[in-house]
Amino acid sequence: MAAVLTDWGEFTVAASNGLCVSPIDAEIVTGWTRKPEGMCRGELCVPLAKDNPPDGSIDLAAFWRTLGHPVVSDQRGDVWVPGTAAESRATALTGAEAPDFTLPDLAGVPHRLSDLRGKKVFLTTWASW
Amino acid sequence: MWQDLADSLKTENFAVVAVAEESRGAEHARQWIEQAKASYWCLIDVDHRVASLYGMVNVPQCVWIDEAGHIVRPPETAGSTDHFRGMDLTTRTMSPEAQAARLATRAAYLNAVADWVRTGRHALAASEVSATLPTITPDMALADAYFRLGVWLRRHGRDTDAIPYLEQASKLHPASWNIWRQAADLDEVGKASGPEFWARVRALGDRPYYKQPDLPGF
Repeated sequence: MAAVLTDWGEFTVAASNGLCVSPIDAEIVTGWTRKPEGMCRGELCVPLAKDNPPDGSIDLAAFWRTLGHPVVSDQRGDVWVPGTAAESRATALTGAEAPDFTLPDLAGVPHRLSDLRGKKVFLTTWASW
Repeated sequence: MWQDLADSLKTENFAVVAVAEESRGAEHARQWIEQAKASYWCLIDVDHRVASLYGMVNVPQCVWIDEAGHIVRPPETAGSTDHFRGMDLTTRTMSPEAQAARLATRAAYLNAVADWVRTGRHALAASEVSATLPTITPDMALADAYFRLGVWLRRHGRDTDAIPYLEQASKLHPASWNIWRQAADLDEVGKASGPEFWARVRALGDRPYYKQPDLPGF
């Protein structure tokens, strides 16, 4: 089993040969669906890499890198981070849009920034260190 | 720290959102949040997501966001100053002059925020914000991925495994005080303000630790 840490959540999936996972798990983790054309999201399809395993599994790391994102993992190969490309970060900031996020408070209750639409927001960061 | 601001602007269409960039989690932030008796959201950001999204590299940094969800001031130092660099490290005190200057800067900053809330002043046009937003590079994106990995390993008791990834994150994004100091704190509470930190600050030379915002009175 591998822990897969994404921007939108943490997943535990059965993986082999690196991060080769079932198409169902690939969809659960990434939101992209396996179709004959490759991996698809909405209207967009991206062909799988030539060396994607022939057994029907999806090399998720290779696919994620094909999209231009960084992927890192621990030496043991049991923890993976499909990261976010710098370009994606820049796109989220286009037109000075404030990127949305959801984070928990002390009680674990999630709060979403965009729920404050209609108010001026002073978004500040701090740390105990 | 922000409750006075929130109180004074209670009747306005305004919200403070205070995000703890705290990879050790909620319990590590609890005492300060409870002490603040905050009326505003106090959120726990274990993976430093907000810093990644907005290109922040230090705390406290903030952004101002208007009613339509647009950034009207890019990441800036939220009222802190570099006076701490002149601190006497044995007594851990600052001169009265430095303390006064620090408080004056804090007050000037809070006044600017209040000014903005009440009148819209100091808000920048989208084009100016876009031009001044930090550029996020592929190295910084990779740094964030390594940081995420390192934090997870630490949180799951795999401290030795975590170390090289946190080091790599800092190497890839050397300008990020958040990455370096959080990694130091994960190693040992207090290390983020210890001798290595001070050496790193001295290495700045004339460069600021807390760059001051381009606001009146600054």
